Amino acid sequence: MFGWVSWRDLILAWRHRADVLATLFFFIIVTSLFPLGIGPEPQTLQTIAPGVVWVAALLASMLSLGRIFGNDYQDGTLEQLLLTPQPAYLIVLAKVLAHWLVSEVPLVIIAPVLGLQFGLSENTLLIVVVSLLLGTPVLSLIGAIGAALTLGLRAANVLVALLVLPLYIPVLIFGTGAIQATVNGTGTKPWLLLLGAILVLAFVFAPWATSAALKISVE
Amino acid sequence: MLEVLKLGCIRGDRRLFSDLSFSATAGELIELRGPNGSGKTSLLRILCGLSSPAAGQVRWNGKNIRSLAEEYFRDVAYLAHQNAVKDELSALENLRIASGVAGNPLNKAQAQQVLERIGLKDRQHLPARVLSAGQRRRLALTRLLTSKATLWILDEVLTSLDDAAVRLSRDFISDHIKNGGMAIVATHQDLNLSVERMQRIQLFP
Repeated sequence: MFGWVSWRDLILAWRHRADVLATLFFFIIVTSLFPLGIGPEPQTLQTIAPGVVWVAALLASMLSLGRIFGNDYQDGTLEQLLLTPQPAYLIVLAKVLAHWLVSEVPLVIIAPVLGLQFGLSENTLLIVVVSLLLGTPVLSLIGAIGAALTLGLRAANVLVALLVLPLYIPVLIFGTGAIQATVNGTGTKPWLLLLGAILVLAFVFAPWATSAALKISVE
Repeated sequence: MLEVLKLGCIRGDRRLFSDLSFSATAGELIELRGPNGSGKTSLLRILCGLSSPAAGQVRWNGKNIRSLAEEYFRDVAYLAHQNAVKDELSALENLRIASGVAGNPLNKAQAQQVLERIGLKDRQHLPARVLSAGQRRRLALTRLLTSKATLWILDEVLTSLDDAAVRLSRDFISDHIKNGGMAIVATHQDLNLSVERMQRIQLFP
């Protein structure tokens, strides 16, 4: 059943691939604006690179949050999903997995190319990818809570941003910290371990909070 | 066996119903009647566990459905006002995905058989977006045909169906009840089902 839910969301995303590409292009454009606006000074670019890449990733993933539950809520399929004989926790996890694969993995894949604009070294680019791989699932997991809480509300998109962005702060700090540490040559490992710890925490608690929020929203 | 004990429901500041008690056993049909806004849909949503009642409780085989949770959902099929049909998917995909998600996966041949029964075989590859309202309702009905649930909770099941489809749905609701199932049907039309045991519950505004 778990597989069916993810599979379903992947097919639906494929039918709406323009939306997915829009998120990706948003990420590309935002990260490209900074080198253009700030100028080609390599020192400055390397200093701002971690922050720019991570903030752009946060904003890009915000854009797609409404799609996790929004359409299903409107056409009544969300109710039917919640009435299937499986814990709501697993349904949420399956949907979050699909969201991560569709909206976040493309960002992780394109990130090293964008990193080149900032003159990052190969080693640093690798850490950019690793930190995003650890951090972006957290964005999906936490974002799902916000998406579930704001289901069916007017101005849901703005509310989601206000709810979720503060919760993204730890990921932002440890994600950029890891990249910064590679640039400066200090140890990267503790930052990545902290990101991993956040991922584990989010994995355990976020789907549970999301399913509670969903039950309130469909009532 | 379904037992409803002193159920009360409040929407906003309006009391829709209170102290509502009834029970249903295997092979029984419950017809739920009442004018618009009398709380039929609210009652059905409480019965299937989507909403919680303001007072009272619903018991399934002696246990509160709130504590049964997913175990109860195995025995319940709910057909809501909304069809829960995905516009982007074809009729065949809708059926196969919905039944897969619900835990009774169908292979392609089985799914086509179901679509043939409901009269959508020649439309199976069209996206649901281009189907008519009646055809979408028929597609929603396939969820009942494929489910193994004992208790069917149906909200205005005959809406936008043509005569043939109305006859078809009457047939399979009465088949379900003859085979030891239960159905609770909210309706404005007469169902005219040939079942042995039937209760009518009337809600007042």
